[in-house]
Amino acid sequence: MVCDVCSKNQATVHLTEIIDDSMKELHLCEECARQKSAQMDQQFGLADLLAGLAEFGKPQGEDKNTLNMKCPNCGLAFKDFKKIGRLGCSECYTSFRRYLGPLLKRIHGANKHIGKSPAKITGDLKERIDIEDLRNKLQDAVEAEKFEEAAKLRDQIKELEIKAKVSPIDNKEGKE
Amino acid sequence: MHLNDLVNHGSEWLKGTGPHSDIVLSSRIRLARNLDKIAFPHWANKKQNKDVLDAVEEAVSKIDLLKKTTVFRLADLDNVDKQFLIERHLMSYEHAQKSDSKAVVIDEEEIVSIMINEEDHMRTQVMQSGFNLFEAWNIISAIDDFLAKELPFAFLPDWGYLTACPTNTGTGMRGSVMLHLPALVMVNQVNQVLAAISKLQFTTRGLYGEGTQASGNLFQVSNQVSLGHSETDIIENINGLIRQIIEQENQARETLVSRNRAMLEDKINRSFGILKSAYIISSQETIELLSMLRLGCDLGIIKDLDRRQVNELFIVIQPAHLQKIENNKLTAQERDIKRAEIIRKKLVKQ
Ligand SMILES: [Zn+2]
Ligand SMILES: [Zn+2]
Repeated sequence: MVCDVCSKNQATVHLTEIIDDSMKELHLCEECARQKSAQMDQQFGLADLLAGLAEFGKPQGEDKNTLNMKCPNCGLAFKDFKKIGRLGCSECYTSFRRYLGPLLKRIHGANKHIGKSPAKITGDLKERIDIEDLRNKLQDAVEAEKFEEAAKLRDQIKELEIKAKVSPIDNKEGKE
Repeated sequence: MHLNDLVNHGSEWLKGTGPHSDIVLSSRIRLARNLDKIAFPHWANKKQNKDVLDAVEEAVSKIDLLKKTTVFRLADLDNVDKQFLIERHLMSYEHAQKSDSKAVVIDEEEIVSIMINEEDHMRTQVMQSGFNLFEAWNIISAIDDFLAKELPFAFLPDWGYLTACPTNTGTGMRGSVMLHLPALVMVNQVNQVLAAISKLQFTTRGLYGEGTQASGNLFQVSNQVSLGHSETDIIENINGLIRQIIEQENQARETLVSRNRAMLEDKINRSFGILKSAYIISSQETIELLSMLRLGCDLGIIKDLDRRQVNELFIVIQPAHLQKIENNKLTAQERDIKRAEIIRKKLVKQ
């Protein structure tokens, strides 16, 4: 499919615009979608645009299993997120971590929070930071197919989770 | 506080004071916050939504800084009330769509508002008159600290505050500045300025709701990125951009005054004339004329008229405000008549 705006590039973002109660489908290339999103209101269309963006952050091997993967806390499936552009709960960020990392980077140009934090967060802050670091490393290791390292990291995470009394993440991807 | 108390009460952010208040109407910061592990409003069931509403209301009631606030549950408000709050920028259009387990908390001076169960469990905003984002940040950050003591906010050390939409993840902060740029529009430079803004990851939109073309030469500039920069860095970035826009608007104003003074005086005084003498007037026409009137005040072409009065007219000429003032439902035609009457009353000196 070719982009509706420039008629040149491959359309990879698909969004629905609602103008005066009538729906209009738009198929855009990445470049034109970016321009469009700059002009567009946050009100409508953004969810659809995001759903399109999620496609870009797609790591290799995304398949039916990934789409059907559910957040154990709220039951939202990854495909629901792709459809509505909204996550189901805070735990979704951990459940879909490896897909959200690239997406956040795409949206914000960065994926490391700098800024304030709540004075009181559940669990021990220091240990939670360590766990997050290890999870990032684990993701990298899995992507680089360094399975031995991944197994070690996973053990470390489990240990810390028990210490910090953070509920372990139910990993339903099954491929790692 | 009753909602009707607000009708004849000027919002703090409209008072027309503060730095650069000739060009900057208002500055606003909003923070998106969610409760850990509880489904976000769109995904939650009725009970979860209700629990969040109760928990946030209770937390608010415990905080000294929020002592002078009133909670309005949306289920208790009619459509005019809701529209009225949207027109005063105290809540979003999206928030008004479904009323179940939603509320908005508003303080007396209309500086603080907290939407409960909008897209996120909480959307807190602080508004200030003029170019004043840091002041707004200081207030909202203090409120946020107190709320964090009462409520378990969803937060990950590496990704920050977790929000329903990943475009808000991180700081959960959006800073917005409302600008009045009539001269840049008149010299046909505003599109260039806006194009430059969108390249810098900022967005613009109009004062009057979503999807509308910026009318009354009013533009709202906001940051788009919320992750990877601290709140104060984001504010610094917006401020830097706004300072440049102010500079450009000032230059355009100088150009107009020095080269087209007669045209300017004509346009402004005609606008004043129509506003003072019309008996039927649409909101669109009013907004365009008010923009000229505001410019006239800034340039000293119109004297003995307070900028605050013009600012307030921008708000009270909207449909729900007219109906609140009249305390009755009005058709579009009736509103055009009522609108003209209110404007005459404000602008014609007895
Ligand atoms: Zn294109
Ligand atoms: Zn979830």
